[in-house]
Amino acid sequence: MKTGIVDYKAGNLRSVELALKYLAVDYVVADAPGLLEGVDRLIFPGVGEANSAMRVLEATGFDAYIRDFAASGKPLLGICLGCQILMNASDERDTRCLGVFPGEVRRFPARPGLKVPHMGWNQVYQRGRHPVFEGIPDGASFYFVHSYYVEPGAADIEIASTDYGGFFTSGVARDNVVAFQFHPEKSGELGLKLLANFFRL
Amino acid sequence: MLQKRVIICLDVREGKTTKGIKFKGNVDLGDPVEMARAYYEDGVDELVFYDITASAEKRGIMIDVVRRVAEQIFIPFSVGGGLGSVEDMREVLLAGAEKISVNTQAVSNPGIIDSGAALFGNQCIVLGMDVARDVSSASGYRVYTHGGRTRTQLDALQWAREAEQRGAGEIVLNSIDADGTKEGYELNVTRMISEAVGIPVVASGGAGEPEHLARVFREGNADAALIASMVHYGKYTVAQIKSFLAARGIPVRTTV
Repeated sequence: MKTGIVDYKAGNLRSVELALKYLAVDYVVADAPGLLEGVDRLIFPGVGEANSAMRVLEATGFDAYIRDFAASGKPLLGICLGCQILMNASDERDTRCLGVFPGEVRRFPARPGLKVPHMGWNQVYQRGRHPVFEGIPDGASFYFVHSYYVEPGAADIEIASTDYGGFFTSGVARDNVVAFQFHPEKSGELGLKLLANFFRL
Repeated sequence: MLQKRVIICLDVREGKTTKGIKFKGNVDLGDPVEMARAYYEDGVDELVFYDITASAEKRGIMIDVVRRVAEQIFIPFSVGGGLGSVEDMREVLLAGAEKISVNTQAVSNPGIIDSGAALFGNQCIVLGMDVARDVSSASGYRVYTHGGRTRTQLDALQWAREAEQRGAGEIVLNSIDADGTKEGYELNVTRMISEAVGIPVVASGGAGEPEHLARVFREGNADAALIASMVHYGKYTVAQIKSFLAARGIPVRTTV
């Protein structure tokens, strides 16, 4: 079993890598789809700006690769910007995204007392009972850092939500594809647990 | 609801922490990696490593500490001290730090905030600022550099706003007046800065009791609170501080 990490120059992948190393997962960090041959699980992380990220994905051919991977039935995990880019489109510089999930990406509204980015630990409430949350208490805290959030185009893909001046969707899933707005790789022991659960999907 | 963060600061000199004499029995005293691991297990939300040496020739020792911490601590941590160029920043981030903190370097070269934010993202760039009361400064507080030794021409409020505009993603606000007193954070300046900027503000300086954290969250509007000696010398554990805060109705992350 081998896991690929998509490196599209959006933020620091080091912590994702170190978490997989800690979990003794065999992985490869790839900056081109050609390096992902034989991979049977994919992690699509990222922190940064959606538009320039999409342009890198298109230039490298990762856009088609990730769509195909999502359709292949093999487990795919999106994290933070990766989660957002799996949606149809983002308000961040009006960016057309990968469309693996129906829905859009919105910016947190500027509001007194509501700082943007949403940064720090916040509670993740489970909607439904996805196997990736096995052994993780409902309302457990995970680490977030983001200014945009996903707005699912279909109610049944939401698997988690979080309150920041109102509830927003913090996790989506359909079939083999699961994605989170928070960073499991920086969310302590429960984050590692969630990652370990992904490797059992 | 977004939780208030408890952050522990570790001062590191040539690869060893400078505090921590009464720290837990099973920990190699002075080893920042061991201490980080113990605090991680005790439920700390974030860590800050401050490189006291901060010289180019000894940077490698700090990088090694960062690398070893990142291998076993799966919470965000930042590194500060003498990071004067984007190359310095890159090295620390690639070693596994989540954020880098600039203080004196940002005052002498404010453009480092812009270029760091453009290259690595706003969330990576933390502005550390040391301030002291000064009636001759517009907001009543003045910025100091070099660990509080050098008085600058900068007003605290104005500098915080400028740093935010330049792309800082967070401010660690250290009150020189409160630092070391163990009598509580400087609530007034914390509230003033926190309400003036749209980025998180971490209160620093003066923590001695869990009550001080409760007050800086409630009255100072801080998003996070930095602590050091109150845990390093074994007076309190992170778990004790968190349960005190939770009992006071302050949203904090609890670990099981």
